[in-house]
Amino acid sequence: MLLKLTWLIPLYPLIGSIINGFFGLKLGKRLVGLIAAGSVALSFITTLLVFLGFLLLPEDQHVFEQVLFTWMSAGDFNVDFGFQIDPLSLTMMSFVTGVGFLIHVYSIGYMHEEYSFYRFFAYLNLFMFAMLLLVMGNNFLIMFIGWEGVGCCSYFLIGYYFEKKSACDAGTKAFIVNRVGDFAFLLAVMYIFNIFGTIDYTEVFHAAPEKLIYGGEAVTIITLLLFIGATGKSAQIPLYTWLPDAMEGPTPVSALIHAATMVTAGVFMVVRSSALFNLAPGTMMVVAFIGAGTAIFAATIGMTQYDIKRVLAYSTCSQIGYMFLACGVGAYTAAIFHMVTHAFFKACLFLGSGSVIHGVHGEQDMRKMGGLKKYMPVTYGTFLISTLAIAGIPPLSGFFSKDEVLYHSLTDGNIILWGMGISAALLTGFYMFRLVFMTFHGESRVDPHVHPHESPKIMTMPLVILAGLAVGGGLLGIPLIHGWHILHNWLEPVLHFDLASALQHSEHMLHEAGKHAPSWDHLLLPKEHNVGLELFLMLFSVIIAVTGISAAYIFYVRKPELPGRLTEGQWGYEIVKNKYMVDELYDETIVKPTIEGSKFLWKSADAQGIDGAVNGVAKTIGWFSEKARVFQSGFVRNYALFIVIGFIGLMIIAF
Amino acid sequence: MELLIFYPIAILCVALALGVVLNTSPINSAICLIGMMLGLAGIFAMQQAHFIAILQIIIYAGAIMVLFMFVIMLLNLKGDDVEWKSRDRNKLLTGLTAVLVLGGLYKIVDAILATDYKDQPKVADSFGTAAEVGESLFTDFVLPFEVASVLLLAAMVGAVVLAKTKLD
Amino acid sequence: MAPLSHYLILSAILFSIGVLGVLVRRNAIVVFMSVEIMLNAVNISLIAFDRNMNLHDGQIFSFMVMCVAAAEVSVGLAIIISLFRNKPTVNLDEFNILKW
Repeated sequence: MLLKLTWLIPLYPLIGSIINGFFGLKLGKRLVGLIAAGSVALSFITTLLVFLGFLLLPEDQHVFEQVLFTWMSAGDFNVDFGFQIDPLSLTMMSFVTGVGFLIHVYSIGYMHEEYSFYRFFAYLNLFMFAMLLLVMGNNFLIMFIGWEGVGCCSYFLIGYYFEKKSACDAGTKAFIVNRVGDFAFLLAVMYIFNIFGTIDYTEVFHAAPEKLIYGGEAVTIITLLLFIGATGKSAQIPLYTWLPDAMEGPTPVSALIHAATMVTAGVFMVVRSSALFNLAPGTMMVVAFIGAGTAIFAATIGMTQYDIKRVLAYSTCSQIGYMFLACGVGAYTAAIFHMVTHAFFKACLFLGSGSVIHGVHGEQDMRKMGGLKKYMPVTYGTFLISTLAIAGIPPLSGFFSKDEVLYHSLTDGNIILWGMGISAALLTGFYMFRLVFMTFHGESRVDPHVHPHESPKIMTMPLVILAGLAVGGGLLGIPLIHGWHILHNWLEPVLHFDLASALQHSEHMLHEAGKHAPSWDHLLLPKEHNVGLELFLMLFSVIIAVTGISAAYIFYVRKPELPGRLTEGQWGYEIVKNKYMVDELYDETIVKPTIEGSKFLWKSADAQGIDGAVNGVAKTIGWFSEKARVFQSGFVRNYALFIVIGFIGLMIIAF
Repeated sequence: MELLIFYPIAILCVALALGVVLNTSPINSAICLIGMMLGLAGIFAMQQAHFIAILQIIIYAGAIMVLFMFVIMLLNLKGDDVEWKSRDRNKLLTGLTAVLVLGGLYKIVDAILATDYKDQPKVADSFGTAAEVGESLFTDFVLPFEVASVLLLAAMVGAVVLAKTKLD
Repeated sequence: MAPLSHYLILSAILFSIGVLGVLVRRNAIVVFMSVEIMLNAVNISLIAFDRNMNLHDGQIFSFMVMCVAAAEVSVGLAIIISLFRNKPTVNLDEFNILKW
């Protein structure tokens, strides 16, 4: 019964967005903020109620579908507009609405001086609506609506300060790079429809083992295309270039969209399609390597940046790389676990950085900050807790989730992946604490006439709540003891995959096609849970994290001149600082040829070719008319002559 | 024997027709035309169409040509302009026209000579007399007769309307 | 009796002379007279065929042709007179505004 309230969850933010968008200017700032935050709060409460209703379901029912109406019905193609409530979507909904609510509250304080206060909240609510559609949909097309919607709202919100050209460019860049991924996603959905005849989740995932051959080309292509879509949305290599520039938007936007929700949509999609990904070992390897690669790559760039928000942006890229690494080795629970904990501490970090920027009146360069901890104690405290979490220090949440990812990358993957993961952990500890030390410790390098101050309560309260969640979130996934992993047991019905029967189906299909099935026995070996290895790995990662932290301490607190000396004149450092010149590379190879091609099409093909053809037809007719004009001389005798000529011609033809 | 009469009259007609076309002065053309009409009346008479021959003289040579004379006198037309032969473009066009028409003529004559004609039947004595024609006209063809009279009435009214001076 | 073909050839020659006259002359009156020549040529042909088939239809037709010619000449000459009132010439080449 409570489950029937599902459709209200995305509706509240949508109504809030519409009211704020149309009437916001008249309603005044207090009311706008109240409506916006209130609608998300209502969504959160409804989510909890739906959660309760789901828990009350009988034992064997693991999924609840609510179909609102049939959206499209064209021949064989039938799509419903419906919502699917199962453990995975409930997890996503809870933290999207919860963290979203906290960020809304924070924004009321942060955006207080803006004139277009209402526009911000209208877009933010619209974003919540799209994100909820994405996670709650019951087929790929609803997910795609949400997918596109969040991309669109991201464009709106990044370009919120539209008077600045850099902000507009950043918004456009985000949208276009996302689009490339969306194109791949759409191709994948079309291919799915081609094979399965439907795009509903339940039907596709049940039929997947029977229709797709394990490791066959169909499933590899589908999953690769889906993954490319995910790289676009979740800022992995090669489509990550939009995320650092997206920091042009206001800080709450970075917190909500680019830390907690939108960039995790790609991971969510991969986990949701786990049934498909499990059948494509080739793609899984690609996913894992790209995830691990991005983790290291982004971490190296993050070490050299001076803008506080950019460091956090590269940190986001890096952490999502961890999530994809987990997906790639089959540890979907670990990916979701890391996603949830990352949402908590990354949102706290972004909001904290927003508080810092607010406190130093708009300065974002870390070289002009320092020693702020005595001015902003609350911000410093929450920031420190979140940074410890991201570095992986026990008993904070980040330690548990990151450790689970690394353990699975070693046991289910291979040692190269683990090596990449652990190096990224080392770098993470280093650059995050570099951030903390440069900003809060040491002598103050702040501009003399800027007086730093603590932010108001409305901004610091969400920080405190999020920091608390960052501390306690680890309880979701207690390792070592098999039955105590709450998240794993919770997500088990969704992620459950019968590999043996899938392999049997594949063998059957290959035999029917007359081909020989390769030997898959090595895949069916049971995996034991090696407690000793896990303990060793936990210890090792803590040592690594502490090493990174101490390195940062030496470099930035004890001997602040050391970094400058070591990196002076190093060409490697210059390349990394310039983000490996990837943006310039894309510009030269993709953007410039496209622009040149468009110019060519415009000038030659359109103006000369098509216009010329159309004008040319008119000109030809004109030319003919000029030649024919001679016949109308006005002389009556000529007219009579033509009559006679015609008559004689007729006679010749007829006789 | 009849050919002896036919050829002179025919040649006369053709010569006079050429005279109409080739003469510079319109009065001379008109006189030639009158002569041609009289010649044609002779031809009609040879075909035993006496009534038509008389009508030809009365209507054509008598009324229509007099009308022409009146107009020529009224408009005080002098001889035709001497630039008739001067413009080159006209010469070319004239030559072209002559070739065209003569070509057509040749073809027609060819067709005429190529057909087989039946022998001429014997006709009654009263073949083309006024009585015969009149009887045919008022019984079989009375409708065209009446329509012709309406036509003449229309022509009369039209001519008067067109030619009168505007009374302002 | 002269054979039919002679009369027909005479008719053809006269007709083509009339056509030439219409096309070549520039004086409106003379053009009109050439039209009369053409009509007369047709009359010859009608009468000749008529005699050959022992009918009266051709003569009646010829009668109608003469009737029509009379009407046409009267109206046509009235037109020429109106033209002459506008422009004091009957040179056809001078009436050349019937174009675009």
